[in-house]
Amino acid sequence: MTVAATDSETTGQDRKPGPAAANGYEPNMVLANQTFDIVGSRPVRHDGADKVTGRAVYGADVTLPGTLHGAILRSPHAHARILSIDTSRAEQMDGVHAVMTAGDLPDAGDKIVDVGEGDTPLAYVHGNVLAKDKVLYQGHAVAAVAASNAHVALEAASAINIEYDVLPCSLTAPDAMRPEAALLHDDLVTKELGEESNRRSNVAEHFRWTKGDVETGFARADTIVERSFDTATVHQGYIEPHTVTALWNHDGRLLLWCSTQGAFVVRDVVSTILDIPVSTVKVTPTEIGGGFGGKIPVYMEPVAALLSRKTGRPVKIVMSREEVFLGTGPTAGTHTRVKIGASADGKIQAMEAELAYEAGAYPGSFVVPGGMCVFAAYDCENVAVDGYDVVVNKPSCAAYRAPGSPQAAFAAEQVIDEVALRLGLDPVEFRLLNAAREGTRRADGPKFRRIGCVEVLEAVKNHPHYSAPLVGPNQGRGVAIGFWFNAGLESSCTLNVNTNGTVNLVEGSTDIGGTRTSIAMQAAEVLGISAQDILPEVVDTDSVGFTSVTGGSRTTFATGWAAHDAAQKVVDEMKTRAAMLWAVEPEQVEHSKGTYTANGSSATFQELAAQASRTGGPISASATVKPRGVGGSFAANIVDVEVDPETGKVDIVRFTAVQDVGKAVHPSYVEGQMQGGSVQGIGWALNEEYFMGEDGTMRNSTLLDYRMPTTLDLPMIDTCIVEVANPGHPFGVRGVGEANIVPPLPAVANAIHDAVGVRMQRLPMSPPAVWAALAKT
Amino acid sequence: MQSIHVRSTINGQPAEFLCEPRQSLLEVLRDVLRLTGTKEGCNDGNCGACTVEMDGRIVPACLVLGAEAEGAEILTVEGIAKGSALHDLQSAFLTGAALQCGICTPGFIVASKALLDQNPNPSEDEIRLWLANNLCRCTGYDKIVRSVQATASLCREESST
Amino acid sequence: MHSVQYHRPVTLDECLRLFDRFGKQARALAGGTDLLVQMRAGHCRNGAVVDVKHVPELNELRFGTSDGLTLGAAVPCYRIYGDATVSRAYPGLIDTVSMIGGTQIQGRASVGGNLCNAAPSADAVPALIALRAVCRIASVRGERELPVDQFCIAPGRNAMADNEVLVSLHVPPPPEHSGACYLRFIPRNEMDIAVAGAGVSVTLGNGTFRDGRVALASVAPTPLLVEKAGVALRGQPVEHEVIARAAAAAKAAARPITDMRGTAEYRKHLCEVLTRRALEKAVLRAGGTLA
Repeated sequence: MTVAATDSETTGQDRKPGPAAANGYEPNMVLANQTFDIVGSRPVRHDGADKVTGRAVYGADVTLPGTLHGAILRSPHAHARILSIDTSRAEQMDGVHAVMTAGDLPDAGDKIVDVGEGDTPLAYVHGNVLAKDKVLYQGHAVAAVAASNAHVALEAASAINIEYDVLPCSLTAPDAMRPEAALLHDDLVTKELGEESNRRSNVAEHFRWTKGDVETGFARADTIVERSFDTATVHQGYIEPHTVTALWNHDGRLLLWCSTQGAFVVRDVVSTILDIPVSTVKVTPTEIGGGFGGKIPVYMEPVAALLSRKTGRPVKIVMSREEVFLGTGPTAGTHTRVKIGASADGKIQAMEAELAYEAGAYPGSFVVPGGMCVFAAYDCENVAVDGYDVVVNKPSCAAYRAPGSPQAAFAAEQVIDEVALRLGLDPVEFRLLNAAREGTRRADGPKFRRIGCVEVLEAVKNHPHYSAPLVGPNQGRGVAIGFWFNAGLESSCTLNVNTNGTVNLVEGSTDIGGTRTSIAMQAAEVLGISAQDILPEVVDTDSVGFTSVTGGSRTTFATGWAAHDAAQKVVDEMKTRAAMLWAVEPEQVEHSKGTYTANGSSATFQELAAQASRTGGPISASATVKPRGVGGSFAANIVDVEVDPETGKVDIVRFTAVQDVGKAVHPSYVEGQMQGGSVQGIGWALNEEYFMGEDGTMRNSTLLDYRMPTTLDLPMIDTCIVEVANPGHPFGVRGVGEANIVPPLPAVANAIHDAVGVRMQRLPMSPPAVWAALAKT
Repeated sequence: MQSIHVRSTINGQPAEFLCEPRQSLLEVLRDVLRLTGTKEGCNDGNCGACTVEMDGRIVPACLVLGAEAEGAEILTVEGIAKGSALHDLQSAFLTGAALQCGICTPGFIVASKALLDQNPNPSEDEIRLWLANNLCRCTGYDKIVRSVQATASLCREESST
Repeated sequence: MHSVQYHRPVTLDECLRLFDRFGKQARALAGGTDLLVQMRAGHCRNGAVVDVKHVPELNELRFGTSDGLTLGAAVPCYRIYGDATVSRAYPGLIDTVSMIGGTQIQGRASVGGNLCNAAPSADAVPALIALRAVCRIASVRGERELPVDQFCIAPGRNAMADNEVLVSLHVPPPPEHSGACYLRFIPRNEMDIAVAGAGVSVTLGNGTFRDGRVALASVAPTPLLVEKAGVALRGQPVEHEVIARAAAAAKAAARPITDMRGTAEYRKHLCEVLTRRALEKAVLRAGGTLA
């Protein structure tokens, strides 16, 4: 590694925090002003032609000869005991080849497994694949069929007869936390402040992080604002439904093709669930039609695998859109309370948050990252954060872009806005006055290394949008800031040099938004060749070293780093080859921008590549990384809205997204991430929600009624890239995928308040909700 | 079940196929003819990923029966490029970074081409209105709209020279 | 989707015979934008899908200053707004056909299908009612006419017998100094089902409303003609206060339910807002000015 990976956030104490100014902030600007040849340019993505011509192969485009089609029967009830399952009628139908239920899965026993998200009872992992004794949400998978075509499979699935004993359901965290609430899991014991309690409840975990003493802090405050908030369950809304094709081959190997964010995670989870050696499973990741965190979990892969084993044929299952809504993980609905006190000089004295997040049917609501992020933008002495992970009768939560952080920011950033207003301070100045910076310690423990919170807020303050006049009646402007810490995890990369000077780059990170190119660009930068001379390929789990999910904004950061390291090894090898040709020592060979020189001899990368055969054979290098230099990202918005006071409808008039990305490897795709995250945040803010009946059934499980933003609902999304280099990465990369979805929720809420004076404490801020709030004033 | 014999023109070539009456044009394109560039996102006409041109109008292929293609001219994303050359829109989507995951891209390309065929100089509002039946969850639409605008101005330049 | 049969008649006679033969099992396929969704939801088991698009009478789009508009039941939306003469004569109808679904849906969906589907939220229906459109319905036994406001009888149910087919719609020629408008409220700006909708038409003369009709969408089991709103307009001066009274009548007549698209209270409120805004626009289209 050329740049030593410094330690994780917690021990970045060798770098002194900037001196806190007595009554202000320090501009503290250290921008990524190093320039590169390739990194920072905008080449056409390598997979582009295939994707604009329809040639790219996505999950549902895979069809093997002899493929059978699967269908899954799902629960119509939100909470019910399964009394009996009768598959006989389905089994006798023409064209049906196999039927299966949870009984076909190996026994989970009381095993505890770690499938990437901490210790989990294996029974929960099994249970979400196929329900055994109880269904815990509408859409919970219960049985599956393999048939000659998809129509027959669906008909057969609906011919399976299941008797249910319907139980009372809990749909929100406060609801499920009532002592009298029906328990989802008889064996779920509440983990209370890190200890196993003996209490059985729907609360999987209650944690508390404190820093300083909030009581003392609030006593020092001149202004205190406390409010509670609720947010609805929302879905990632990727356009491609989940899909898998499985072939349990006659040599005993299980082959899977699926659109997943992490082929290796699928491999590991499937082998765990099926209780087979991990080496038995080979996963080929296809192109993926969006994920946003929602395509990390495993749903249908083990089912398709077992159907294939039963039939000896490939089995393909494609979810319908309704199944995607009902049967896959959305993100948590939440109930939160935030209290913030500040002194008259504008300093925040105490911050307190209570976060209750719905995990869905099984524990794991992302309340922990919510707690990590809720006050991350602020340097405050006295902080207390309580978190509750609560199971409810909704689909088990999956990650969704900065999971847990937007809901927390919706609460915190509105209270911040209100405190600033009460103190008569400009909301950006107030944030700057209290901004987190290098050395600030979060309540959950870590101390920030170099971060760009101040620079992002400065960029907001200096942006022409912030000082532009509003252009119409009932318009308002809001700002907010949000945080995501980003992830490192593990990545691998191999480079194979071709004799014509091009390089095949082999990696294992699913490319959801152009990462083949951002990874290739980092290798190209090191090798001193063009991005187009690198030919990146995302390969199956047999063909590259372990690589964690495309998630946590980590792919360009970590897999790019592996590419960087592999390229360094290629450079070293090239020096050895040149030294051989020129009869000098490798140490004497200099490399600059793809040209190798020593003692007056000179050769380009291409020339040396052409001679590989004569200098020792093929040139190839691999590298693996488990980076610890992860750099968190701050994102902020300036948003102008116009409210129709007669209907409550909110239109986004102007929107500016600002984000510290460390270093923008491919600025076009960085802008794209910022724009896409912003618009998902706008959808979450304004109209998206799981609209549930009291019986726990979803009433809007179509893309007609689950209202994601259309082209016509949006203006252009202006972007402002801030580059505060991450000292923990060779090119300063932080990762850009997630933090951008955090600020839109509160920024839109703050803008609505600015426009019409109502404080929206519930998401979505849909027309009827805004109208009702206005009617109360 | 009796299959129906259908004769149509797909991407300029005569195409004959057998389909069940219940199969949609989307299923026929993808499963029978293996033209998998047309994508399924919702199967109820609300996402636009399966947009194809049928007798000069864009339609959601999921809401058309395969049998209805009898005698019709169908254009899918596979028929947009001419030989080995990309259509200007396709090039503009690449240089303008108008796609991320790419699943909605075929629908946007087909829909945008139909717009520019009938209105070579659309305003931003006209583009947004025309494309409102095409959902994209990755890009926030900004770069898509700009790429359509860029293609329109390129076409105007080409036709004025 | 269950198995079905597919038929493609090319004459009205052939079409009517198919409906006579299959009765309840027959389902007309025009644009398919509702039908295919219903078939996927499990409806139409062993049904006979009758593709009516190739029957000339159902494909007719004709306007004459004395006859008014003949609109074949299977004519897709885009052909209607693509016709300059029709667009000039019936802006209130154009409001609806250019907002049903999006561009792709408009390439398929027909006004006739929108009507036959009999959804309370159907955008085209209030506009047709306001314009006094009449349905031409046929069966092997003959033809009959039925005003559009009597066509829908319950959510998803219309007044046709199992063997009948909606052939076309007839809209009278627009009177002089008349204007019409349809407005709906949706949370997004496109691709949505009306939370509430108001279709209105007015005819002006000597500063008064000579005629006025108001019909509502999504606030009753069927599209709703609000007689009292018309009464509030007719013979009254063209002024805001009169429009406000008609809007209040619309609000009073609405009897919506609470569902995922909005509460009953909110929908009633929207009826008032939309009726007022639609009437204001219709007056402008009629060449009038509001006092």
